[in-house]
Amino acid sequence: MTTLTQNEQSSQVKHDQDSEHGDYRMFGLATFLVADAMTFAGFFAAYLTYKAVNPLLPDAIYELELPLPTLNTILLLVSSATFHRAGKALHSNNADRCQRWLLVTASLGIAFLASQMLEYFTLPFGLTDNVFASTFYALTGFHGLHVTLGAIMILIVWWQARSPNGRITEQNTFPLEAAELYWHFVDGIWVILFIILYLL
Amino acid sequence: MTISIPPSSSDQSKKLQPEGWLRYFSFSLDHKVIGIQYLVCGFIFYLIGGALASAIRIELVSPISDFMPRDVYNQVLTLHGTIMIFLWIVPVVNGAFGNYLIPFYVGARDMAFPRLNAVAFWMIPPAGLLLISSYFINGAAQSGWTAYPPLSITTPAAGQLIWILSVLLLGGSSIFGGINFIATILKLRRPGLRLMQLPMYCWAILGTSILVVLSTPVLAGTLVLLSFDIVAHTGFFNPTLGGNVVVYQHLFWFYSHPAVYIMVLPAFGLVSEILPVHSRKPLFGYTTMVYSIMAIVVLGFLVWAHHMFTSGTPPWMRLFFTIATSFIAVPTGIKFFNWVATLWGGKISINSAVLFSCGFIVNFVLGGITGVALAQVPFDVHAHDTYFVVAHFHYIVYGGSVFVIFSSIYHWYPKFTGRMLNDSIGKLHFALTFIGFNLCFAPQHWLGLNGMPRRVAEYDPQFIFFNQISSVGALIMAISTLPFLWNVINSAFTGPLAGDNPWSALTPEWLTSSPPPIENWEGEAPLVSKPYGYGENPEKPNLTSNILSDQSNSDSEEDEVKK
Ligand code: HEM
Ligand SMILES: [Cu+2]
Repeated sequence: MTTLTQNEQSSQVKHDQDSEHGDYRMFGLATFLVADAMTFAGFFAAYLTYKAVNPLLPDAIYELELPLPTLNTILLLVSSATFHRAGKALHSNNADRCQRWLLVTASLGIAFLASQMLEYFTLPFGLTDNVFASTFYALTGFHGLHVTLGAIMILIVWWQARSPNGRITEQNTFPLEAAELYWHFVDGIWVILFIILYLL
Repeated sequence: MTISIPPSSSDQSKKLQPEGWLRYFSFSLDHKVIGIQYLVCGFIFYLIGGALASAIRIELVSPISDFMPRDVYNQVLTLHGTIMIFLWIVPVVNGAFGNYLIPFYVGARDMAFPRLNAVAFWMIPPAGLLLISSYFINGAAQSGWTAYPPLSITTPAAGQLIWILSVLLLGGSSIFGGINFIATILKLRRPGLRLMQLPMYCWAILGTSILVVLSTPVLAGTLVLLSFDIVAHTGFFNPTLGGNVVVYQHLFWFYSHPAVYIMVLPAFGLVSEILPVHSRKPLFGYTTMVYSIMAIVVLGFLVWAHHMFTSGTPPWMRLFFTIATSFIAVPTGIKFFNWVATLWGGKISINSAVLFSCGFIVNFVLGGITGVALAQVPFDVHAHDTYFVVAHFHYIVYGGSVFVIFSSIYHWYPKFTGRMLNDSIGKLHFALTFIGFNLCFAPQHWLGLNGMPRRVAEYDPQFIFFNQISSVGALIMAISTLPFLWNVINSAFTGPLAGDNPWSALTPEWLTSSPPPIENWEGEAPLVSKPYGYGENPEKPNLTSNILSDQSNSDSEEDEVKK
């Protein structure tokens, strides 16, 4: 072996040392989200296959209305940005601002859920009408479950980020960052869902 | 520069865990305790699954359905398959040996997420009990381990729903385990330890965990949809409501073909640890082994529809999946030749661990050959859903994975308990298992080729003779469990003391006491840069020569340069 590889090796040692101190909880969460994404991928694949091989009779086809879901997309995208703001505020040690942005984010999430409910009540088909109806409710419902969990997580983070006694501080940002990663993930899934279910 | 990992002080709770036997029944966070919990729990389920298998073989002694009612036969068959796959092989080749060995191999004191680890284990016993209890509640599921609709929708709902719930729990446990392994191997390596210095089992578990994390969620989603079909009368997989059963098959096999590798890749890794030690030679072709594991992981996702050649799949799909499946034989073949080359010219000690590993190699080749045959559409349309398929996968899951589990128990028992197993009884166990296994499953090739369908309690009288031979084989296999049980129980109390390293092995788990202390090493974790460095002096390997501080690691490489 040459001296070059020896240098390489010592830099490797240094690198490994870094990861030793690094926080691998975030890595674990990211792996979990990959798994979660695969669940959605399975549902999407099923939906697209039905579309390709089980076409409905023309009179059973219902064109989904776009206004509400478009509003939903905007709500979620904005909420991703506001969550990012909350994170920034925490890093500059401004607990109040952080809490305010978290509250905005949670409200946007809850508004999303409300508007999703509204859409459910206005749709002319039910869960068991046909495979498309069933897949539609399964996909949006599973996603809505994710949003619900996310909103609860944000509210917990909000409570823990309170100024004097909260556990989430500039020194302990992991819970906030974990919730943020999850929330971005849920938003990303919604964008894909919106394209596949509503636009295609 | 010397880097040492100090014993972790953060996890004080570990010190509060119960000591002695009691800790195996507790929510212990110690990876070694959790490994043993997986192993013993899995073995108990293996005994239950084995009893069910015996019931199946008793029923099949005669061509009429006389030992149990037909619907009970279906329940027994379903429970047998589900228990053996989800409660015995998957948890043991991954959870048991993975938890025990991986932290040693990466030079860590525990897994990356000890609490998640304990949660993952403790999901298993309730899931298993739930599954078995369904038999007593309203009858267990009857649609086989594949739960194909419409069968799974039209058979009694209670058993099927409990089956789904139980498999969802087991899948969740498996995903948590996979996440933990990936984080441990990639993030928790001892400073200075490079990926290409890891023992092969780490690579196998890394590959398996990738399969687990990417494929198990798809099964979970599919089973949730199936449960909607049963409970809410949706029609996802119900043709009478406009659904499509083939969609279920695609989603199911997208998980379950990778699942067969989840059962066998870790076994590949374990064999790769055992053979070098007992033949006193380095593992042949380390790098090709790593690449073939990764090739299997990738290809494993591209072959699922070879289970569906008779489901009306279009010709282009059949062609694609035949070719992709045949390709898997290449990396698998590479591994096979590497094991043979590892043994070749080695100073092999013929003990129980080696015998079971060699038995694995023989059986696995036979199962692989029938697998490649089944991948060819013209052959498969005749052999599909016959006993030929049953023979194929038992050669791999029993002849392969279960043989490796036994081999591993003989190899690591001294480390687990500090005492040696009796090798003569071990050889008797091997002889009975090998003979019984082949007697049981070899005739099933013939049965399948001659048209005996699988999963049916009755059969044409022309098949009586070979079915009876098969049942005799099963009886021998059942008997073979007795010497094994006696051996492991008796040796735990009276076996000769093993010492730290009875096999003079070089991998890190042997460089500490047997059983190891609570955080694996009294002092700092050793840096094992050559886990297979048996080459130099096969008679008396210098056991300390491969444990290096980081300084001497680079020194020795400089020496190599000078030479
Ligand atoms: C060389 C590699 C392999 C090839 C080419 C192969 C090919 C196949 C094919 C084509 C089938 C479908 C047969 C049919 O249903 O008509 C099959 C079934 C099966 N294989 Fe393999 N196989 C291989 C390795 C494995 C391994 C490593 C395992 C397990 C660890 C395994 C377990 C199974 C199981 C469980 C089934 C039956 C599933 C069922 O219908 O219940 N195979 N194999
Ligand atoms: Cu397969």
